[in-house]
Amino acid sequence: MTTHATAPTSATEVITTGRRGRGPTPATGRRRRRTLFPYALIAPAGVMELLIHIIPMLLGVWIAFLSLTQLSIANWVAAPFVGLQNFITSLDPAGPIGSQFYGALLRTIFYTVVVVGIAWSLGIFAAVLLNSKFRGNGVLRTLFLVPYALPGFVTTIAWAFIFNQRDGMLNRLLVDDLGLLTERPFWLLGGNSLIVVIVVTVWQFWPFAFLMLLAALQSIPDEVYEAASLDGASLWKQFTGITLPMIRHANVVLLLMLSLWVFNQFDVPYLLFGPASPEEATLISPLIYQQSFNNWNFGVGGALSVLLLVVLLIASAFYIRLVMPKGQTIDD
Amino acid sequence: MIETRGFRILRAFGLVFLTLIVVVPLYVILTTSIKPLQDVRGLFQWFPSEITFQPYVDIWTTVPLAHYFTNSLIVTVFATTLSVILAILAAYALSRFSFPGARSFSLIVLSTQMFPGILFLLPLYLIFTQIQRTVGVQLNGSYLGLIITYMTFSLPFSIWMLSGFFAAMPRALEEAAMIDGLGRFGALVRVVLPVARPGIIAVAVYCFITSWSEVLFASVLTNADTRTLSIGLRAYASQTDVYWNQMMAASVVVSLPVLIGFLIVQRHLISGLSAGAVK
Repeated sequence: MTTHATAPTSATEVITTGRRGRGPTPATGRRRRRTLFPYALIAPAGVMELLIHIIPMLLGVWIAFLSLTQLSIANWVAAPFVGLQNFITSLDPAGPIGSQFYGALLRTIFYTVVVVGIAWSLGIFAAVLLNSKFRGNGVLRTLFLVPYALPGFVTTIAWAFIFNQRDGMLNRLLVDDLGLLTERPFWLLGGNSLIVVIVVTVWQFWPFAFLMLLAALQSIPDEVYEAASLDGASLWKQFTGITLPMIRHANVVLLLMLSLWVFNQFDVPYLLFGPASPEEATLISPLIYQQSFNNWNFGVGGALSVLLLVVLLIASAFYIRLVMPKGQTIDD
Repeated sequence: MIETRGFRILRAFGLVFLTLIVVVPLYVILTTSIKPLQDVRGLFQWFPSEITFQPYVDIWTTVPLAHYFTNSLIVTVFATTLSVILAILAAYALSRFSFPGARSFSLIVLSTQMFPGILFLLPLYLIFTQIQRTVGVQLNGSYLGLIITYMTFSLPFSIWMLSGFFAAMPRALEEAAMIDGLGRFGALVRVVLPVARPGIIAVAVYCFITSWSEVLFASVLTNADTRTLSIGLRAYASQTDVYWNQMMAASVVVSLPVLIGFLIVQRHLISGLSAGAVK
């Protein structure tokens, strides 16, 4: 604990030690108590972190080296150690799981870039528009929050209804009302299914980008824009020359958070397609789920989890190195 | 931004576009929930042929919705309460003291928040299996198992947010209280907590919403008795028929509590969430 020799602190010390000065060595007793106090406060959370995060992570790495199937699952402690076999299976591009893994990884990266790109663009667009004063501003701010506030399972089910092939709203609009298509395309099967996952995820996440960016825009003083427009800078020049640089820090954090959420997406495909996504829309988290809880191949599921963790760590470190000036960390 | 005429026109079109994006699915949910069954069996109808609130009556008998509701409520309330209590203590320590290990602790908390649930689901499932095998306590499919797993995301989030809220509070408050004879812990309970109440409520509501919407853990760690809403809502789709109108009515019922909660606390939540990002 850093000790600031300010008047109030020392006054407190005088008073409290005066009151409690019955023990033999009040000063050392007090210092001991003060150094242990923060540990006592973090202890319950620390124990819980150990139980729910640290131990499961270590166990997750361990099971990646075991042959763990539905036969050995009940007594998994005794499951045979198979070394790198699960990793070889997961990474073999010619094997059924390996090819799926590379496909899912590339697809998840593509999906993340597209979703984060669209969600960010809609978010900054809405934030710039709603950062100006007009009637109805407050109502729209609240309305734009609704997709983010609704439970994801509710909105995903509603989208499944909209994208229904035979009699959903979208095909009714495209085929019956506008006559743009003659056939009713399947949206939840085959190549179109990835589009659906993208649409639903964007719809759920763009309001979050909007929220964070609006908060960031509100911290830019009006005078900066006034000075720029006096100098004759166009709206676009003001946006790229003032707005974007001044919200850089908010963007760094926002893009990292959004990318992680989107990259780890499980709920949307699970609720749209059930436990097994169509191959064209299989993302990483659902693939691990599928290997583990549909195919009962827990060892391979564990190996895929470790690989996912490695990808996440490398990408995060790379991103932080890329956008952060030297010596600056994410929390300052 | 300076408002030119061009900006006003862009704004009008932009806002209409964004409003449509948001409103269309909401319109589908709300109108479908007041349609009679014959309207949702065939081609999508833009307007209900008649307005009926029968789906809101039938949702409780078609599937055991009240039971799923209770399950969600039990798991969510316990996970939220536990997370917030543990997080208050830890966040106070992190925001008021600098001690060896504080930085590693917050780094662990921050980094586990980045990891997907699937990384924890598999090992926790195995640990629960093993506990059941050796001690005989059933965790897979029990409330307790689900509560523990929900803390994997609600605890780090709460610690992170509350550290921010506490750090923004002036230390002079507790110091004054301690001069008046309260100990550190007394000052935390009697002075810091009341002042930080809006922030604490915002964090609790957010944890509640995330647990309420959780799908992954619920899909593996619940059984027929402990099934939560996020999985239970799919039961309106049977082998023979999909009761879309009831599914949407149930969606409205399930959403309203969290939607209202979110709108009430959004101001505090946004200031907390963006505190780290806006500088």
